[in-house]
Amino acid sequence: MIINHPLLGPRDRQEFTYLGDACLIDRPDWQAGNAMDQFYEYVYLRDDPAGEHRELWYHEHGDRSWLVVTRNTVTHEITNVELASDVARKQGRSK
Amino acid sequence: MRYSGLRVIREALNGQKGWKPAWRNPEPKPNYDIIVIGGGGHGLATAHYLATKYGEKSIAVVEKGWIGSGNAGRNTTIVRGDYTLPPNTRFYDHSVGLWEKMERELNFNVMHSQRGLLFVHHNDSERDDHYRKTNIMRMQGTDGEILGPEQVRKMYPSMNFDGRFPITGAYLHRRGGTARHDAVVWGYARSADRRGVDILQNCEVMGFRIEQGKVLGIETTRGFIGARKVGVSVAGNTSRVMDMAGIRTPIESHVLQAFVSEGLKPIIPGQVNYGAGHFYISQSDKGGLVMGGDLDQYNSCAQRGNLPVFESVIEAAVTLFPMLSRARLLRAWGGLQDMSMDGHAVIDETPIKGLYLNGGWCYGGFKATPAAGECFAHLLSTEQPHELAKPYRLDRFRTGYLLDEKGQGPNPNRQ
Repeated sequence: MIINHPLLGPRDRQEFTYLGDACLIDRPDWQAGNAMDQFYEYVYLRDDPAGEHRELWYHEHGDRSWLVVTRNTVTHEITNVELASDVARKQGRSK
Repeated sequence: MRYSGLRVIREALNGQKGWKPAWRNPEPKPNYDIIVIGGGGHGLATAHYLATKYGEKSIAVVEKGWIGSGNAGRNTTIVRGDYTLPPNTRFYDHSVGLWEKMERELNFNVMHSQRGLLFVHHNDSERDDHYRKTNIMRMQGTDGEILGPEQVRKMYPSMNFDGRFPITGAYLHRRGGTARHDAVVWGYARSADRRGVDILQNCEVMGFRIEQGKVLGIETTRGFIGARKVGVSVAGNTSRVMDMAGIRTPIESHVLQAFVSEGLKPIIPGQVNYGAGHFYISQSDKGGLVMGGDLDQYNSCAQRGNLPVFESVIEAAVTLFPMLSRARLLRAWGGLQDMSMDGHAVIDETPIKGLYLNGGWCYGGFKATPAAGECFAHLLSTEQPHELAKPYRLDRFRTGYLLDEKGQGPNPNRQ
């Protein structure tokens, strides 16, 4: 599997480690009234599709950036790669 | 038809004309009391126990392909009971006990062979960990013992004892072993069928019919089938089948690969686990060396794996048994594992009345087959959890009563 890094170009999958569903970017507010429920869902409930899946990969043996990779879990075809920091900024986060 | 040595001789003299199919291929009825989704080892064991132990009369097992075409036919056939958390030790010890009497109970040769599981260690900290594990298991009444390097050398003279990671000893679990995985499926299918269970193959579930929070039946490729209770036992497809019922599960699908060599003369008498990497090996009765290692470590529904894991497994194989460098691989396959967030299973009711779940077995479902079937049958029939399965709750992730045997946290790809 080759991941097309937005800054470094095509890199082998073995340079990366995998974290999981890209929803892990959106950490809930710990001060919210229902923080317990939100954290339960954040930590334990993730999408598990047979098809397109947005997920977090870490370029551990490279530039150590976090990526959001859109990959098909049946064919392993990768259709989109973004820097996780760009994804977070687009959602209005400051860093 | 009862199978026996006498029957084999009689059929040999009659030109093998008396054998009958071991199970029927019936048309679905419009209604059943209990439907079990998933015709693998767990689903068929559940049907077997529902019919034999709990006296249920109207049962169907639905399977999207042919029985045993999922993980029951895609594993490395290891049976063991070496867990340390008390609920797990009790459950798997019971399971090993059921394996020991399975062949008599089913009148079917599942080739269960308690040839012993050996976990080698290479340094002091691994040895200490094995002592700890062995002590915990012995205190709870299951078996485990520590061997010195000389005892290990006597059992497996072909291992490389003095390589990059010298072998300093091992932990041995004598009641562990292997079984013929397909025979387990066939044995349970035959037993369930003889007691009137309808095994509906090529019958894929497309959705549930749920009204006012109660399940009324399932929509399948062979039409609607009504049921009072539905049990989901679909291993690697758990999260997607439960999604159809609108229930999100703390489960992800990952792929685990296995490899088998060409048939060789008997060289590896038991089952061996490497300590300096993730690798395990045993030899099937046909002579093939069955090997496996890590998960591919990212979500996958592909039922096939990628090459980096293959490479690491083969490297470990040749490091531990240098003689294997000349053996040829015959086949490789991948099974979908329903990896849960704490590495352990769920046998529980769901928020929908009449819908029950047996899933999240990760890569350890095969050894649990008889006990999971018994506990799930108990739950489906009595609507109360079996004593052994009480800790295997679906809501334990919310309440915090996790069964995190390895202490990995909510990282299914690393369990």
